[in-house]
Amino acid sequence: MPVGGRKQPPVVVEKPEATAVSTISGRSWELPGMWNRMFEPRVLSDYTATGFARIAGLPGGESLEWCYGCGKCVPVCPVDLVGEYGPRKIHRKVQTGMDLFSSDDLWLCTSCANCLRVCPKEVDMTKVMPAVREAAIGDGMVPAELQDVFEKTFRNGNCLGENPRRRNAWTRAAGVPVRVLPTDPGAVDVLFYVEDYWSYHPRGQQAAQCFARILAALDVDFAILGPEEKTLGDSQRVAGEKGLFEALMEDVAATLDKYEFKRIVTPDPHGFNALKKVYPKYGHNYEVSHYTQFLAPLVDKIPFRSEVRHRVTFHDPCYLGRHNGEYDAPRTILDAIPGIELVEMGRCRENGYCCGGGGGGMWLDGFTANHTSERLSERRVREAAETGADVLAVCCPYEVSRFEDAAKSTGNDQLRVMDIVELVDMAMGGTGAV
Amino acid sequence: MGEENVMSDDILVIAEHDGSNVVDVTFEMLSAARELAKDSGGKVLAAMAGGAALAGSLGAFDRVYLIDDPAVSNYSPEAFEKAFTHVVRDVDPGLVLTSTSTMGLDLAGGLSVAWPAPLVSYVVGLGREGDDVVATSQIYGGKLLAEVVVDSPHAICALIAGSFSGQPSPEAGSPDVETVSLEGIGPSRTSALAVHEPDSGGVDITAADILVSVGRGIGSKENLEIIEELAEALGAPLAASRPVTDQGWLSKPHQVGKSGKKVKPRAYLAFGISGAPEHLEGMRDSELIIACNTDPDAPIFDVAHYGTTVDLFDLVPELTECIQA
Amino acid sequence: MVLLKQLPDLVEELEPSPDGTDIDREFIKFILNEFDDQALEEALVTKESSGAEVIVVALDEPEVDQVLYTALAKGADRAVKLTGVPAGTWVPTHLRAAILAPFVRELAPDLVLTGVQSAEDLDGQLASLLGGYLDLPHAAVVVGLEVKDSIARVVQELGSGRSVEEQITLPAVLGIQAASQAPRYAPISKIRQAMQAGGLEELEAPAPVDSADIAIAQVRIRRLYAPEKSTHAEMLTGDPGEVATRIAEILRSKGLVKA
Ligand SMILES: Cc1cc2nc3c(=O)[nH]c(=O)nc-3n(C[C@H](O)[C@H](O)[C@H](O)COP(=O)(O)OP(=O)(O)OC[C@H]3O[C@@H](n4cnc5c(N)ncnc54)[C@H](O)[C@@H]3O)c2cc1C
Ligand code: SF4
Ligand code: SF4
Repeated sequence: MPVGGRKQPPVVVEKPEATAVSTISGRSWELPGMWNRMFEPRVLSDYTATGFARIAGLPGGESLEWCYGCGKCVPVCPVDLVGEYGPRKIHRKVQTGMDLFSSDDLWLCTSCANCLRVCPKEVDMTKVMPAVREAAIGDGMVPAELQDVFEKTFRNGNCLGENPRRRNAWTRAAGVPVRVLPTDPGAVDVLFYVEDYWSYHPRGQQAAQCFARILAALDVDFAILGPEEKTLGDSQRVAGEKGLFEALMEDVAATLDKYEFKRIVTPDPHGFNALKKVYPKYGHNYEVSHYTQFLAPLVDKIPFRSEVRHRVTFHDPCYLGRHNGEYDAPRTILDAIPGIELVEMGRCRENGYCCGGGGGGMWLDGFTANHTSERLSERRVREAAETGADVLAVCCPYEVSRFEDAAKSTGNDQLRVMDIVELVDMAMGGTGAV
Repeated sequence: MGEENVMSDDILVIAEHDGSNVVDVTFEMLSAARELAKDSGGKVLAAMAGGAALAGSLGAFDRVYLIDDPAVSNYSPEAFEKAFTHVVRDVDPGLVLTSTSTMGLDLAGGLSVAWPAPLVSYVVGLGREGDDVVATSQIYGGKLLAEVVVDSPHAICALIAGSFSGQPSPEAGSPDVETVSLEGIGPSRTSALAVHEPDSGGVDITAADILVSVGRGIGSKENLEIIEELAEALGAPLAASRPVTDQGWLSKPHQVGKSGKKVKPRAYLAFGISGAPEHLEGMRDSELIIACNTDPDAPIFDVAHYGTTVDLFDLVPELTECIQA
Repeated sequence: MVLLKQLPDLVEELEPSPDGTDIDREFIKFILNEFDDQALEEALVTKESSGAEVIVVALDEPEVDQVLYTALAKGADRAVKLTGVPAGTWVPTHLRAAILAPFVRELAPDLVLTGVQSAEDLDGQLASLLGGYLDLPHAAVVVGLEVKDSIARVVQELGSGRSVEEQITLPAVLGIQAASQAPRYAPISKIRQAMQAGGLEELEAPAPVDSADIAIAQVRIRRLYAPEKSTHAEMLTGDPGEVATRIAEILRSKGLVKA
């Protein structure tokens, strides 16, 4: 049973009697007993299909009505664990008259894809939700917090509303030179696509600096786009702003066209997902890897200098794991760091719990709080703490801020939240070693 | 009206009142005007619409033009503008000072066109060089200061309240009041209906001039009491970081930050708030930020103008006392 | 009719231009004045309640097309860009008002809405200047508006929670502080559709009202500079009593302590 969730007991309606009418004679008679339910119009046929018509009419929205109510999805839905959610419940509500377009339920799905993993009918909320959200936004219904982020993204090219010209400000304290392509053009091997949180969030910047030091230590020929970088906007797309995503994509593709590089490496599983799975649909193809995938084959070459004596547990990002099937690369790196003892949480790998930041959840904190008994990140941090680990390792830029905050609010201050690159950098000796 | 390009030395201050008190900015304008008139020996005059009973507190002005007419018994932008334009034309001062309050914003532009005279707004500093008025204005949300030279026999400056010092001086004696009538200013297309006083009900932290904000450093709901006393002394609503509203110590509408409200008060007092980026996003544009946090490395000090590492439990009661004194 | 203005994005670092009398406009980004966005929202709300036609008007300023198309995507009926205006420099608000006045007079809308102020209003705010040039009633810091027949009921905020309600016979010019609801969102796809559909009217700006010349010429920016800014707070030290006294002084000097 869910811990602390606001569960409502199911309402069961049993009809004691029914009337059957002959279609031939027109005669009617009473039918007592249990078996009469066969004659009584059953609950399901009390509903019309109209609730689904508009949803199914949207490209991507087709699959919601395929649900046959088996219920497999509900126990794996991270939102249901702290509230009332899951595709089956949404399906049922739509069936009984809920207008999903104007419902708060529309914004709670984090697009973690755990339901899709188990659903026999392939009901795909990661497609249904963006489609319905896009229509809702078109009708003027968008939570204010999210609207703010969309506007900032459109205006400044990053979800934080930061100055685009300060995108490479983090490089100053990196301790190693970081080439910025617009000022220093020319062919490069690895284009490091920094994305928003590593560019601007103080904790993200620290990780970006670690990563730059690691690349330098490995003699990787790398560069960043600096002020010309714009977010890839995958979470904005899933949050329903496909138009914004496409506008960003046009700019990003035009920028990428200007420079010569072999591959793109990014720390952001969401951006990675966009480049790997969405950009190709529009004809933009790049060789792209998540930074863990890039580093994993190189672990033997990383110049580790000291042991990192920590008990570490690892949180799988939904968009690296379930969405893109990568579970091993982060673990390969963690295993290679001397001194680390890796312990797994109960929910890991394919069944990893969601941090709550995906699909726009990152920007709906206040909105979601009204519908859940605790934050997903708080729930997850408690799971991490239960393993006895003293470090929660992550490899998605959303997570450091979410989990650090959650560690404090759940009273687990002993748990440090660190990006994998920070652990690697620590074992390499940090800034002192460059 | 002065034809030659030399400014009269007299300065007319547009006095403001709220029905029961003359508003402080009036005295700020008075002291700014006194400073300007120091060398030239010009007179510092006041014009006030309505509020006849308050004219007595304007004793520090050399003369007060009191517009006492039913048309200005309640605030109406049109009637006030006509009334003041009438007085300004009549008195023909060199410089008119008003503020960037609602009344000032209503008046300045129209007066600038009607008088006519150039106008400088958002003024935080005022001086004179020969015949020119030199005003310093705060533009681009305070990111830049502009030094503006006005070369004209007449000028209007709209001052930002709080930029000049100036206190009422009750001992100044009774002023020389001239009552002005408004005959012939024509009918008004604007009629005042009602003045609404603040309702103390729901909190709107985005509308407050000053906010007392509290973070996890407060420790518990019970401890909020000392903060509440301070807020009351300052007449400021309480704001909070997210942990405080999460715990239910204060309700959600008090939350400042990314997932709360974005606030821009004239002063933001932060007690026991570390300054996480999500919190800073909601308050960093405040005009003045004063932070109290026992951790000298707390990021809140990077955006605060003043900071202290004194324990909030020691500081707050003292501060309340200082404010009440 | 809604008057819109572009402003430098304040997230950028603004730097004085080499001659020190304007900001360096070359590389900065321009965005819609936030109060103008409120004015637009209030106009759209009024349109929904009273069936008015909404015309948005802007001078030809950097990145203004996108703003006008966004307004169309949000529901404005017409968007007009006035060309032939000074470009690449600060436009004094007196000049802006003097250019807009003849245009507004010719179109004779019932109501003109604009933002209460902009961060560039060094020489006054548009609503009252325009009201002055057109000799129309005007009001600033408007937080409530209801239009019925040719009467507007207007609520102006006076500060410290006080507000005043009045009735204005239209036409009038209002400086909007806050619309009755948060500005709506125009999905990017709709903005792009509006852009593809075109529909932006480009008109030559009329000659500015003559009488504006003096007021414009007589205000000269001599120097533009950044206030001294520390990246770290000034730390107040001493025992709690001393620190409290200092804080109280600071607040008093800003006029924030009553009595
Ligand atoms: C997606 C997301 C959205 C968020 N949105 C918001 C938001 O809208 N608003 C918000 O505020 N936060 C938000 N947060 C949370 C944010 O990250 C921080 O966790 C939160 O702001 C911390 O609040 P705090 O400063 O009160 O607590 P802490 O960070 O715990 O800081 C408490 C501070 O009090 C100081 N202190 C302790 N005792 C004393 C004393 N006796 N005297 C003086 N100082 C003392 C300590 O030194 C410490 O610095 C969000 C987080 C996420 C991930
Ligand atoms: S995608 Fe995740 S959050 Fe959304 S319904 Fe499925 S399991 Fe729940
Ligand atoms: S797993 Fe699929 S079919 Fe089963 S209840 Fe969930 S959505 Fe419906």
